[in-house]
Amino acid sequence: MPLLDRTGAITDPWVRLDETAPLAARQVIVPLTRLEPDGAAVLTSGAKLGVAVGGDTGFELLRPWLDRLSLIAINFPSFTDGRGFSLARQLRVRGFKGELRAHGYLIADQLGFALATGFDTVEIDDSLAARQPVAEWLAAAKTISLSYQRDYAGPCNILEARRAARAQQNTRVAQTEPAK
Amino acid sequence: MARQDALYILTANDLLEGDVVFWSGAGWARDHRAAQIARNADETTALDAIGAAEKAARRIIDPYRVEVTLGADGTPVPVRFRERLRTLGPTVRLDLGKQAALRANSLL
Amino acid sequence: MYRYDEFDHQFVQDRVSQFRTQVERHLGGQLTEEEFRPLRLMNGLYLQLHAYMLRVAIPYGTLSARQMRTLADIAETYDRGYGHFTTRQNIQYNWLRLRDVPDILQELADVEMHAIQTSGNCIRNITADPFSGVAADEVEDPRPTAELLRQWSSLHPEFSFLPRKFKIAVTGCRDDRAAIAVHDIGIRVVRNEAGEIGYEVWVGGGQGRTPMIAKKIRAFLPKKALLAYLEAMMRVYNLYGRRDNKYKARIKILVHEVGIEEYARRVEEEFAALDASAIAADAEEIVRIEAYFEPPAYDRLPARAAALENAKKNDPAFANWVSINVGAHKAPGYAIATVSLKPIGGVPGDATTDQMRLLADIAERFSLDELRVTIEQNIVLPQVRQDDLYAVWKLLAAVDLATANAGLITDIISCPGLDYCSLATARSIPVAQAISRRFADAERQRLIGPLAIKISGCINACGHHHVGHIGILGLEKGGEESYQITLGGDPTENAAIGERLGPGLTADQTVDTIERLVAVYLAKRKPGETFVAAYRRLGHDHFKEALNAAA
Repeated sequence: MPLLDRTGAITDPWVRLDETAPLAARQVIVPLTRLEPDGAAVLTSGAKLGVAVGGDTGFELLRPWLDRLSLIAINFPSFTDGRGFSLARQLRVRGFKGELRAHGYLIADQLGFALATGFDTVEIDDSLAARQPVAEWLAAAKTISLSYQRDYAGPCNILEARRAARAQQNTRVAQTEPAK
Repeated sequence: MARQDALYILTANDLLEGDVVFWSGAGWARDHRAAQIARNADETTALDAIGAAEKAARRIIDPYRVEVTLGADGTPVPVRFRERLRTLGPTVRLDLGKQAALRANSLL
Repeated sequence: MYRYDEFDHQFVQDRVSQFRTQVERHLGGQLTEEEFRPLRLMNGLYLQLHAYMLRVAIPYGTLSARQMRTLADIAETYDRGYGHFTTRQNIQYNWLRLRDVPDILQELADVEMHAIQTSGNCIRNITADPFSGVAADEVEDPRPTAELLRQWSSLHPEFSFLPRKFKIAVTGCRDDRAAIAVHDIGIRVVRNEAGEIGYEVWVGGGQGRTPMIAKKIRAFLPKKALLAYLEAMMRVYNLYGRRDNKYKARIKILVHEVGIEEYARRVEEEFAALDASAIAADAEEIVRIEAYFEPPAYDRLPARAAALENAKKNDPAFANWVSINVGAHKAPGYAIATVSLKPIGGVPGDATTDQMRLLADIAERFSLDELRVTIEQNIVLPQVRQDDLYAVWKLLAAVDLATANAGLITDIISCPGLDYCSLATARSIPVAQAISRRFADAERQRLIGPLAIKISGCINACGHHHVGHIGILGLEKGGEESYQITLGGDPTENAAIGERLGPGLTADQTVDTIERLVAVYLAKRKPGETFVAAYRRLGHDHFKEALNAAA
């Protein structure tokens, strides 16, 4: 399954474990149900810990683990279900610094939104990648070059750009005014 | 006499033009009177398959079957009022929609 | 009014290119129909009964002459010479081709307009009091707030795939002409005891299948907290709003099911976690937006224009129009004129290319280049000198736009209904036309006084029937059109949901029943008492006799 970030396709160093697979890897993503029983063991072994959750997973379940998790993978059951965007933003607002990964069903046109709400990577399944190759995702994310929402990681923020333009104008005015 | 199965025609809208269209058996017609009529279960299933295939080929949008009866001239007449409106146009603007041409040619 | 800067221009330009590419990618097979559908809806493009329909946003209902001319040009070039103004300050074109839509969006972008989020499960066009900035009783012009929200909600990365559509309305007055009580979020600009200006925030109102009046969540929200607070409100909805049932997915159901206290608790908790100052627009940005809505330089005029009084004396038809369609303006010598899009027997909300162009001309010559669109599907000329009113009226009369019925029984709100809409279960427009013809007599209308009839052609309630003084809901029963009457609804600061009168009626019976309801009212009202006031005093049962006579 192709994995991409804002620059393009990347290789995936993480191993996704199911409910029963042994904890034998350097970077493992466990299901949410294994976080409590197995999370500590993964960390003790020196491996990096990731967890796979749904968009409907309450933030409170993850709160105690935030500074020990290196990755949180949020599932989108359908591209029309935007809960994952809110969970991602919630995690970023609460200071989660690790990797946020979207998986499940997003479409190319949503890459920009995913990046803006705090995701670093998106995993797409092979059949979708055949229809919407990685290049199409990158192109779609670039179509909208500006954004209005402050405090999100969207493209060129319009409010900041306006502020910068005003500051520049004030500097020019100050420079052209004769010293008193 | 045994009750006859319902009769159906296949309708959709043209993907690029938006016009209401009907499957004629060989392609999509603007006039519902040219529509192919499914008279039994096999023909009905075939119509459904055509709708799905034509949608997948991105020629039309929103295909579905419409129940019809036969008019005096043997052409299909939709049973539901909503579907009759789609063959005509808005009742509040008789100058618009398919009915406009029919009126111009004194067919309505 | 607001003007785009280079960034706003680039943004809508990007949006046009994006949609053009999305159409191409759909035709090329990269986007399936299921994937393309929500994307086109987020750009206001529906498939309706006969063709594609495009809904164009008129943010907070404000239009310039140039923009109105472009709306007319689009109707002429790409449609059938008319457009339909809606109850949410949008205009709809009914006969479009998908292949033309990117070009239409380009024409809109050229005059600082768009169709962004006029449909889909996202934050819709931000609506506001159509009398904003000119109403005599205003705390503050709500349009700078509405414009801030327009920008903030545009392609919001977190809130574009909500459980369901989301509607926000803003007013600056106690008199509510924006129906904030029946919006997902309603915002009223208020002044607190310390004299500071802030917002009263309401949530969970709505119409549709389960009508509800909004609940107050904050009595006073400081202005600079607005965006962070809305972000918190939207996030709680996005995370907890129901996604298992389309009919239970609006925020009103969430607020109803968990209770306003619990919803508010979750919002406050989320709000507390946010850095409001990092989210808010900076003070200079607010000043920048507000500057566009500074009151224009009004001429210094006497409070009452002698020319107006003379014209009224000499022309009773004009005097009648003034008494019904013209309202008080905050500047002496000026007036707010409502242009009715409800000619007797006409299609409510429709305007032809010629009418739109004439309105643009009038706005330019007589209304400081401003037009407004109302939730009653009328047009407002907000800045008319009283001594120009007669000239304006004569121009309007020449194109059938001088009907004197604002707020009266023939000023009917109607959704497009089954004549155009693919969701409708019955026609709405013909019922509106029949009622309008029945009550055509101007003197009779004046005698009846304020009475709002609102008609929806299905349970989705686009025609606002729940908040009509008399509401009419069109349904399909046994293959026939059937109409249900409700009484006592009100979209204003006294918001109420109408109560059902009885079983379904035919269209003809509906018109007869309304006539009898009016007769009951006329017989029992006290001097000066409006229909809805009499209904509240007398009670629902008093009006049932009107229905019984129909059976």
